[in-house]
Amino acid sequence: MLAALRPREGTLILPVLLLVSLASTAYGTEGVAGEGATAVTSAAEPGGILEVLSFYGCAILTVVCALGVCASKNIVRMAVWLFGALGAVALLYFLMAANFIGAIQLIVYVGGTLILLVFGVMLTTKSPWVRFEAKRWELIGAGVVCLALLVCLCTVLCRTAWHAAEGAMPGAAVAEIGRSLLTTYLVPFEVAGVLLMIVMVGAAHLARQEKKS
Amino acid sequence: MFPPEFDNLLYVGLQHYLVVGAVLFVSGLFTMMTKRNAIGILIGVELVLNSASLNLVAFDRYLGPGRLDGQIMALFVIVLAAAEAALAVGICINLYKNLATMDVDQAADLRG
Repeated sequence: MLAALRPREGTLILPVLLLVSLASTAYGTEGVAGEGATAVTSAAEPGGILEVLSFYGCAILTVVCALGVCASKNIVRMAVWLFGALGAVALLYFLMAANFIGAIQLIVYVGGTLILLVFGVMLTTKSPWVRFEAKRWELIGAGVVCLALLVCLCTVLCRTAWHAAEGAMPGAAVAEIGRSLLTTYLVPFEVAGVLLMIVMVGAAHLARQEKKS
Repeated sequence: MFPPEFDNLLYVGLQHYLVVGAVLFVSGLFTMMTKRNAIGILIGVELVLNSASLNLVAFDRYLGPGRLDGQIMALFVIVLAAAEAALAVGICINLYKNLATMDVDQAADLRG
C-alpha cells in the first residue's frame, strides 16, 4: 500500500494544501465580516473552534512535510517536501494575520528560492537518482542529538510564562510595514538592497561559464 | 468535557506556534547533519531560517501586537535567505564543476 503510494507522495501534498488554504481563507473572510472592516482581533482572547482546527491542520501539515524532508533520501523528493513545508508555513502566517509576510513567503520562497534549488539540483546531478547515504552511526547520533534538543526546547517553551500583550492588530498592516520600512528601518532596508546587488553580482560571477583558452 | 490539563489544546497561543517552529528547526538541523548532498544541506538551512521567521511572526502577533517589528524582522530573514540560497547554489555549481560530485565529504582539497 505504502510502497504503491511512494512515487506519488509529492502530488498528494497539493490537494491538501489547497483544501487547508481554502478553509483558512473562509475563516479569515468570516472573521472580517463578523467584526467589521477594521478586523480587530485581540491576541489574548481564545479564538473560535475554526481557528483551532485550521491551526492544527496547518501545523500537522508543516510537521509532516518537515519530517518528510528529513526522511527522504532522494534530493528531488526533499525539494518537493520542502515545497509543502514552505506552503504550510505561509498558511500559518495567514492564520496569524500576517498577510504580507505570508504573501512574501509564497512569492520569494516558493516562487524563487525553491525554483533556484531545483535548478541547482538539475545542474549538478548526472542522474536524479544519485544518492549519498549517511552512515548508520551518524544517523543515530544526529537523531539522538536532535530529539534531545527538541525535548529541551519544548519543555522550556511550555514552562516559560509568556506575558501576552493586550492590543489590537492594525487594520492596514501592509501600509504600516511600508511606512516603517522607509522611516524606522530605512538603514537596514538600504543595506539589504546593497547586499542583494552584491549577491547578484557574486552569484553571476561564481556560476559563469569559464572561457576555453 | 475535557480534563483541565488538556485546556491548552483548545485554544491557539504563542506556545503552539513556537512548538511548530521548534519542530521545523530540529528537522532542519537533522537534515543538515545527515545529508551528504550540498543541495540537501542547503534545504536544511532553509528549514531552519523558516523556523526563525515563524518564531518572529509569532512573537510579533502575541507579545507586541500592533507594532509589526517582528514582521519586518521576518521580512529581512526572508531576504537574507533568498540571497544566501542564490550564493550557495552558485558555490554548489562551482563545486560540481571542479570535483564532478556534490558529496560534501569529497570537498576536502584544503584539508591539511
